Amino acid sequence: MTAQDLGMPRTGTDGVPRLPEDAPAQKKKDFTSDQEVRWCPGCGDYVILAAVQGFLPELGLKRENIVFVSGIGCSSRFPYYLNTYGMHSIHGRAPAIATGLATSRPDLSVWVITGDGDALSIGGNHLIHALRRNVNLKILLFNNKIYGLTKGQYSPTSEVGSVTKSTPVGSVDTPFNPVSLALGAEASFVARTMDSDRKHLTATLRAAAEHRGSALVEIYQNCPIFNDGAFQLLKDRDEAQARIIHLVDGEPVRAGEDHVVVRDATGSLSVVAEADADPADIVVHDAGAADPTRAFALSRLDDPSQRHVPMGIFRDVSRPTYDDLVRAQVDGAIASGGGPAGDADLTSLLHGKDTWTVSA
Amino acid sequence: MEGVPCRTSHGPALDSLVTATMSSKPVRRVDRVVIRFAGDSGDGMQLTGDRFTSETAALGNDLSTLPNFPAEIRAPQGTLPGVSSFQLHFADHDVLTPGDAPDVLVAMNPAALKANLADLPRGAMIIVNTDEFTKRNVAKVGYDVSPLEDDTLASWHVHAVGLTSITVSALADFDLSRKDKERAKNMFALGLLLWLYTRPTDGTEHFLKRKFADQPEILEANLAALRAGFNYGETTEDFAVTYEVAPAPMAPGTYRNITGNTALVYGLVSASHRTGLPIVLGSYPITPASDILHLLSSLKRHGVTTLQAEDEIAGVGAALGAAFGGAIGVTTTSGPGLALKSETIGLGVALELPLVVIDVQRGGPSTGLPTKTEQSDLLQAMFGRNGESPVAVVAPRSPGDCFDTAMEAVRIATTHRTPVLLLSDGYLANGSEPWRIPEVADLPDLQVDFATETNGVNDAGEPVFHPFLRDPETLARPWAVPGTAGLEHRIGGLEKADVTGNISYDPDNHDTMVRLRAEKIARIADRIPPLEVDDPDGDAEVLVLGWGSTYGPIAAATRLVRNTGAKVARAHLRHLNPMPANTGEVLRSYRRVIVPEMNLGQLALLLRAKFLVDVRGYNTVRGLPFKSVELADAIRETIAEPHDPTHPDTEVSR
Repeated sequence: MTAQDLGMPRTGTDGVPRLPEDAPAQKKKDFTSDQEVRWCPGCGDYVILAAVQGFLPELGLKRENIVFVSGIGCSSRFPYYLNTYGMHSIHGRAPAIATGLATSRPDLSVWVITGDGDALSIGGNHLIHALRRNVNLKILLFNNKIYGLTKGQYSPTSEVGSVTKSTPVGSVDTPFNPVSLALGAEASFVARTMDSDRKHLTATLRAAAEHRGSALVEIYQNCPIFNDGAFQLLKDRDEAQARIIHLVDGEPVRAGEDHVVVRDATGSLSVVAEADADPADIVVHDAGAADPTRAFALSRLDDPSQRHVPMGIFRDVSRPTYDDLVRAQVDGAIASGGGPAGDADLTSLLHGKDTWTVSA
Repeated sequence: MEGVPCRTSHGPALDSLVTATMSSKPVRRVDRVVIRFAGDSGDGMQLTGDRFTSETAALGNDLSTLPNFPAEIRAPQGTLPGVSSFQLHFADHDVLTPGDAPDVLVAMNPAALKANLADLPRGAMIIVNTDEFTKRNVAKVGYDVSPLEDDTLASWHVHAVGLTSITVSALADFDLSRKDKERAKNMFALGLLLWLYTRPTDGTEHFLKRKFADQPEILEANLAALRAGFNYGETTEDFAVTYEVAPAPMAPGTYRNITGNTALVYGLVSASHRTGLPIVLGSYPITPASDILHLLSSLKRHGVTTLQAEDEIAGVGAALGAAFGGAIGVTTTSGPGLALKSETIGLGVALELPLVVIDVQRGGPSTGLPTKTEQSDLLQAMFGRNGESPVAVVAPRSPGDCFDTAMEAVRIATTHRTPVLLLSDGYLANGSEPWRIPEVADLPDLQVDFATETNGVNDAGEPVFHPFLRDPETLARPWAVPGTAGLEHRIGGLEKADVTGNISYDPDNHDTMVRLRAEKIARIADRIPPLEVDDPDGDAEVLVLGWGSTYGPIAAATRLVRNTGAKVARAHLRHLNPMPANTGEVLRSYRRVIVPEMNLGQLALLLRAKFLVDVRGYNTVRGLPFKSVELADAIRETIAEPHDPTHPDTEVSR
């Protein structure tokens, strides 16, 4: 059953009021608030903010119908700098708060800004449930693999052995791979991009906005103070060439100039020299595959050494969203009852089945 | 028939023999009766009690009920922990409590007998199901000899009836398993009790027809068992008289029986109609609050959205998110869940958004007593958050009053832009009473005004929206919902600058904002009624002040005290924060103030701190409502004691 079969909205912004055709085009400055931006110099958040402010006008939505909800952490200051409606909430809870808002207001485009600590540690429960329910939220997860606002403790995405303020002899816990986690929670849209690649970032945001349902976008983001260079290998042009696996829907999955991703004998995926690969085994990316198994296998190509890091849209499938279904039940009850309950219906509700009358 | 199957509170004058109407046996008129049905968790005692209640309500008696059941869904059969009971108090006058002690105990097995015997006054009637008093069952609950065979029950009037075997033989012609036949024994017991108290059976017959519409054989068996029970009373010589309780005088109107949880739901839905805003409930299942979620989820046509969240935190988060969007955000929980919601309620305080948090209190701490009642979350509601984070707190006093209190909670939340904590409890949630159904047109108008215009100018003289520019009277801030052009703004948990709402770490601003938030809550008192005192002659020296579900027992206790000629005043707080403006004045005008609570003195602590009045607690935490007789004794003791302003005791002896 798809959303289309149910006659439900299809794109992420269906139902959100748009600017009139003849209205002057919005510009980046229309989405820039009057607040001074207060991240550390060189923080990856600046470029993400610029990309989002630059991208929002192209949605053509009324600015007042866009809401950004964040949790706690450096990235969660984001809403203050956008001239939309916004809420800087509490640690880890933004997906829950946004779920209530998005479910009750189909005319809003609701975005969640979160970080690796906010989304995957304290807020892990809310994240997985928002994803499994497929609430129409765009969740931007800024992953810098460190706690920045609390000054440098390891996070749930820090590699084993990370030496930080709270792990002077190295962390011992296995990190989450946010993409694998999201796919495990049956997220309908999962993508990875990077702060420094403005073009890729914007394209990914565009696809996420288009998607109806939960869209989880992991954004690799550099923290110049506490974890500088965490993604340097992926930013160095020469290194990146071989390391980044660009996922392009419908195309063979390539790693650098001469390697490809193939199915191996165990059923999982591996990277081999193209010359050694049987062309029939080369994986052709299918983001729309209903079964998330292949997308999950692609997410497992990533490892802490960053030898291979898939980037792009892992999964983009259509399934009914929680908020649409909840509203459909309410609308259905209203329709089958012959319209919204009025005073007579309230009277009948209050009376119930067993009443008696006491006369004067 | 011998024994004392009922007691009269108005003296023996009402206790007269009148002519039988429904029965061929003599009918004795009594003014009040307390019946307790007790059995195994699977015996259907709650259903039996509910049905007896409905028939009694339909006859026009005033009534009050107290279901009491274990937290386990099916505790081991025949054991003391597995006993489930339902107590009903009905009378020809206004009923204030479910009754201190039963006049009649229906005990379906030895465990039910043993668990309840201590509550039974000497001379009360016991109807006992002899079939369950096997050697094994009797031993299971620690009796060496069956209490039916020795003198254990000599002080009571016992009717030993083979409820199971008579039911089975009454259903001999039915093509049902023995087990199914046995299961109808609760209907037999109900039939017998309906006969004994001259109640009709038709309401229950209609109920069974609805319930078992798809199972005609089961339906017929239950109807047959019900009638067999009724006829058994009529024919057996064991029961010599039947009893009649005349209708209670009540204000004219249409009535129904209602539980507190149902009344809360109806109050919320009515508030939604009167505000024109939808209810969005974010909730996580928890005893004894879950029924609110269940019932609201069936009222979608009233525009109600329910989200069963992944946890308590998400439940209140979703409610707060919906409130940001302009809905009436509601979350429902019990004590442990309220603890989890604390941080989000604190965010609601900082955001200054309407939010209704319903805590159906139960025994604590921790998991505590999930199915038992207590009033021990008052201080959690008041102070259970970090920082200076005042919220409004209200508490209903009876099941029916839950309706008005829910509407009041919505009114305060939407008018004053604040989280409101509503403290119900397990007794109110599941207990029931007759409720006069209000006319929809008479319900208060709760119209809400959203902000639609800018309300200031910036340094450049351009119009801007200041999300924290307050109403000069209430200090409430504007509620500007997303979708309103020109009012785009950001709010959050960080301290905000007065007026503009921008992030501010300025020391003086923080001091101002903390005081403004406190003052905003304090000013709610400007729009609530004064504390009313019930002091018939105006010269009592002792005041009994309560809050929440202790209303009934306190009123009953003061009535007992007054019936013996003593003077006592009584008042009850619905608004716990802020309290009515005249509260201090009321407290100071009595020589002694007693504060009965089902906790160790939480309201007493607040009153002492706030008003410097040496109030005295009367405290029990037994998971059950007060016994009004015991409270009356404590009140009399206080009235009698000589005036000594330096008296050091803070708790009334009991």
